[in-house]
Formats: sequence, structure tokens, C-alpha cells
Amino acid sequence: MSDCNGCAGVPVLELPGRKGAVPPARVAVIGPPNSGKTTLFNRLTGLRQKVANFPGVTVEQHTGVAQLPDGRETWIIDLPGVYSLSPRSEDEQIAHDVLTGQRGDTPQPQAVLLVLDATNLARHLMLAAPILSLGLPTLVILNMADDLRKRSGHVDLKALAAQLGAPVALISARQGEGIDQIFEFLAGAMPKPLLRELPVLQDVPKCRAWAGHIGNQAKYRPPLPPKWTRRLDALFLHPVAGVVVFAFVVILVFQTIFNYVTPLMNGVKWLFAVSGNWVASVLPESLFRSLLIDGVWKGVGSVVVFLPQVLMLFLFIGILEDSGYLARAAVIADRTMAKVGLQGKSFIPLLSAYACAVPAIMSTRTIENKRDRIATIMIAPFMTCSARFPVYMLIVLAFVPNWKVLPFLSTQTVVMIGLYALGFVMAVFTARVLKSSVLKSGRTPFLLEMPSYRWPTLQSLGLRLLDRSVVFLRRAGTVILLVMVILWVAAHVPFSHGKPPALENSVAGIVGHTIEPVIKPLGFNWKIGIGLITSFAARETLIATMGAIYGMDSADENSVDLQKAIHRDLSPGGAVALLIFFAFAMQCVSTIAVVRRETGGWKWPLVQFTYMSVVAYVGAFLAFHIIG
Amino acid sequence: MLQLSSNSQIEPGATLVDLRRGDTATLDSIDLPGEEARRLMELGFLPGMEITAGRSAPGGDPRVFQVDGSEIALRRETARLLKVRLPRKPRKS
Repeated sequence: MSDCNGCAGVPVLELPGRKGAVPPARVAVIGPPNSGKTTLFNRLTGLRQKVANFPGVTVEQHTGVAQLPDGRETWIIDLPGVYSLSPRSEDEQIAHDVLTGQRGDTPQPQAVLLVLDATNLARHLMLAAPILSLGLPTLVILNMADDLRKRSGHVDLKALAAQLGAPVALISARQGEGIDQIFEFLAGAMPKPLLRELPVLQDVPKCRAWAGHIGNQAKYRPPLPPKWTRRLDALFLHPVAGVVVFAFVVILVFQTIFNYVTPLMNGVKWLFAVSGNWVASVLPESLFRSLLIDGVWKGVGSVVVFLPQVLMLFLFIGILEDSGYLARAAVIADRTMAKVGLQGKSFIPLLSAYACAVPAIMSTRTIENKRDRIATIMIAPFMTCSARFPVYMLIVLAFVPNWKVLPFLSTQTVVMIGLYALGFVMAVFTARVLKSSVLKSGRTPFLLEMPSYRWPTLQSLGLRLLDRSVVFLRRAGTVILLVMVILWVAAHVPFSHGKPPALENSVAGIVGHTIEPVIKPLGFNWKIGIGLITSFAARETLIATMGAIYGMDSADENSVDLQKAIHRDLSPGGAVALLIFFAFAMQCVSTIAVVRRETGGWKWPLVQFTYMSVVAYVGAFLAFHIIG
Repeated sequence: MLQLSSNSQIEPGATLVDLRRGDTATLDSIDLPGEEARRLMELGFLPGMEITAGRSAPGGDPRVFQVDGSEIALRRETARLLKVRLPRKPRKS
């Protein structure tokens, strides 16, 4: 799903005050949810904001630069989707405030691109009334021209423009069709809309009647119902087949990762071994070589080898998101959500927490009810994020034999799915506790618009994987690399007789030994202890730390296989305890920071951190003592 | 709430929950406070609109309704608050 770590909440580009020149125009993109605003924004600016086929993906404004054909620049502001300009949730408030110039960090735009779904024009035109009444120059964009044509819909653009008193463009942001018309508008005079009689904005039935009238005048013929969407829903929303298909998809994802992607991982591993040996052979024996080999190659490298698996996971998530299936999954899962007192809107943030809790917590802004929103923020970090995934992979590959349970189901897959389920169950349990005590609230109606199914485009999937690789490698190259350098230094001081100490007597070793009494009851020794400490920077740092520690520690340092080494250091009970600890503990600085920002104080992040730590410790303790 | 005269037969107290898959009815009124009713109306649930019941999650809750060119999922607890008029003869129950 979207980005993780660091970039949370930062607008794409700052608006610099350009001296001398006429400042570029600011143009806002607005429209109902899931009408394709961000796809258009990405087209216009060449940026890559997250898009997916369900409503409410964009929860804050993003700004980017569009280069006009004549070389001038225009600032484009992408806004969260709204059905009207009367704000109810925080994302709608943002859109409302930016458009009316009430937001301090973004000056009021000089023009508006109103994006409407051409396949549902009669209803979407309702939004034209409040937008046109702002009096800003407006281009009305009818998106999804390809869908409209394919399903034999029609609209008379000239008549529509005359009715609205504003220019109209029929485009397909996804296919790149008709984008030149938008550039023409941006490069032209951008006329203010002609004053037409507009309905009373507060009166929804009147607005709808007005929109219907305009649609009729423009000879709007709605497209035929989406045939394939109905057919696919007959399968995915079938009481039996729907659940079977869901289970099958989940099994398929993990089976593919274990059986077909793990060989790829061995290839990457081999590359790191060969290149590491080469670097070791060309550099003279020195402390610098030790830092490079033990810290960087063995540490950072042991995390990077998991890149193929992470990408495969995101390829599947991308297909599910872009196709529109996730909205159906939200409907199927709603019963469970209702039972624990959460509303259906909490489901989409929870799903996106499978990638990373940071964007998930931000996407809770679509939840109007404050208490529901906090409850969702509190449970999101229990979902299995992609930073836990490499840790799980390492332990599962090291400890679980690859036996077949069924012809298409292996023991490793079962354990992996179990770990994902464990996080979900803990989240649901926590929600139940919170919603029946401190965060009790009245019910709000659950409304979720079902998008039509669409083929994910290769381009969009490719870009997602590229973005994911960048995020993964950036973490490896910054946070993890930094921790590795600190770890290497801590493992090489204090010098005695001009030589670095044995790992056990180094600062790192002493720290590990110091916390050993605390973690011994969980089945972890001092080396795992060092890994636990570093993993609070980012979960996957555990792997880098163990890779580096085994590299520095053992005599056979050139041929240490991380899986075998960790197998020597952990009993089966200790391995289960480690998995449970990682499933429940809040080892993520970025999440703590974003929870503080979104809840507006330290209270909730502190409660969350304490709660998750206690649950993790007790869970790991019980696992170790039951399994031994 | 806006009342439109219509020659559909009124089955007293019928709500969206009473629709089975494929049934169509005309929305009469929304029994919710102003703001929440507004949100429903913005999605197409306007008095006088035709609503068709679609598929549901296992167990019948929530159910997808086709209204004004969109498909919207509603929980049973919400659907119960949307009063409808059933067209032609009432369905046997």
C-alpha cells in the first residue's frame, strides 16, 4: 500500500517563494471519492502518489508541479475525495479548507479541476453545484471515458459545458486519453464559470434534481450495468464460494512466496556472498574492511536478501487493491468488525496496515467518529506489517520443515498464515476491550461504495513494485546501515592491547549480557538480546544485527548461514517466543511518531507502547514455557 | 422528509431489510438524524429513488444495494432505518 517510514505526512513538494518571476498558478484537483483524482494528479505531475480502486485512498493534500507545454509551471494540489462541501470527517475537512482558503499551509487555489466519474455522471454532477458556486475558474473533467464508451454510455460535452457555464473535458486518466485538454485549460486564460442558477446547496434532493436536469439537457445516457462486476460479485460475494476463494487466494500468495520466490532469494544471497568475498580480497586487512564486511555486507545484506519475497507480497496486494476486490473483502469482514464494535470503515486502514502501520494510521482520517478512529489507530500496529515479514520468513525457514499438509499447502505456509492471523486476532481482541470500555461510542451508519472491477494495469503494478523496492532499500541503506555502524563500533570497543575485544567483552556484548536476565525467561540469550534492542529502530534490523553478530562472533566467519546460526542459538520454544514477541511488540519509532501526531499528544502512543510491550512479553514468556 | 406521491402500494413499515436479492422498491424516508441522513442522500439514497437489493456478505449482513448508478453496502442496522414502498403486489413472505 503506500509508503512507509519518514515521508509520512510531508507534502510532496514545498511551495517555495520564487523571487522575481510571476508565481505559478495553484490549481486544486477535487471530486468524489474513487473518481480518479490521484491518477490524474500523477499523470499531470509525473509523481507517484498512491492510488487504488477503492474510495478514500487520499487523506491529505499533496502538491506537485505540472509542466505546461509552453514551459511554464503550475502547482497541482491533489485533495481527498468528497461527496459535498459540508465536511464531516477529517479528510473532507482538509479538502473543504483548502478550497475555501482556510488552511494555513496551503494558499487558496486560483482554479479547480473538478473530476467526476463519467459512468455515474447524474449523481456526481451534484458536486458541481457547490464547486461552481465558489466562483473559481473550473474545468469539469469527466473521467473514465474508456469505461463509458465500452458500456455504451453517452454525453454531449458541448451541451453540458453550456449548462454548467464551464468548460468540460472527457478523459481517461488511466489510459492518458484527453490529458492535453487539461493542459490547454491550464495554459489558457482559465475563465471564471458563468453564473447559472444553482440549487440551494444544503438541500440534497434539490441538488440531485438539478444534477439530473443538467444530465438530461446534456443528453446523458448512463452506461449499461458493468456485466463483469456483477458476474465477479456473484463469485466473490457468494456465501460459500466467496470464502473459499478468499482462503485460496491467501494460500496461493504464501505458497508462491515459499516455493517459487525463495530460490530467487538464494540467488541474491549468493550475490552478496560473492561480492563480499571480492571486496574482502581487494581491501587490505583493516578495521575499515571489517566494518564494511561485517557491518554492511553481512548485516545490511542479510536484510536485502528478503527483497524478492517482499516484492511478491506487494505484487499480490497491488492486484487485490487495483482490481477492486478489497472493497468486497471489507464487506465480507464487516460482521467481525461489527461484533467487536468497530465500524466497516476501520477495515480499509487495517488492511493497509498489512503493508505498514504508518499510512494505515493516517488513513483512519476517513473515520468520522473520534473514538472509533482512536480504537482503529490503537489496533493497527498489531497487523502484520512488511517489516515483520522478513523476520517471520527467517525464523520459519530456519525452524519449520517444508512438509506437505495437502498437495497445495505446506507446513511453512500454514505457520506463516497462522502468524498473520495471530496479529489480526490480537487486533480484534484489543478492539473488543477498548470498544466495550474506554472508547465506547454510539453506532454510525456503515456506508461503503463498491467500485467496479478493473484490470490492474501493468504500469501501475510495476510502479508499485518500484516504489516498494525504493522504500525497502532506503530503509536498509539508512536506518539499518546506521544501526549497523553503531553496532560495529559497539562490538569493537574497548580496545585492549591494540586489538578489539571478543564480542562477549565488547560494549555490545556487555549490553546484551546486562539485559539477559530480563529476556532469559523468554528463551533468548544475550546475542538475541542485542538484536531485540536494535530492532526497536525498525523490526527488520533484527536480521541485520544477527547477520552481523554471527559474522563477527564465530570462528568460521566466512561461511555463516544465518538460518543455521540462529537455529543453534534458539530452542524451538525460543523461536516461537521470538515470533510472538515480534507479532505483538511495538518496535517501530515511525509508528509511535505518527500515532502521537494523529492523536495530538503522548497519551495514546504511551498507552499503546506499554500495552503492546506487556502483551509481547507475556505472550513470549508463555510460549517459551509451554513449548520449552 | 420529502414525500412523493406514487401509485406504488404501501406495505406499512417496510424497510430495505425486507428486500430480497433482486427486489426493487422506492425509498420513502430515512429514519436517521439530519447529518447521517444527508450522507446517505449524497450517496444516492434520496426519497423517491428506486433501490434494488444486491448480494450480501455471508449471513445477509451487510448487503449491497444498487441505487442511482452506484452499489453501496449497508449494514442491516442501517438498512432497517430506510423506509420503502414496495411496487406492485407485495411479495409473499
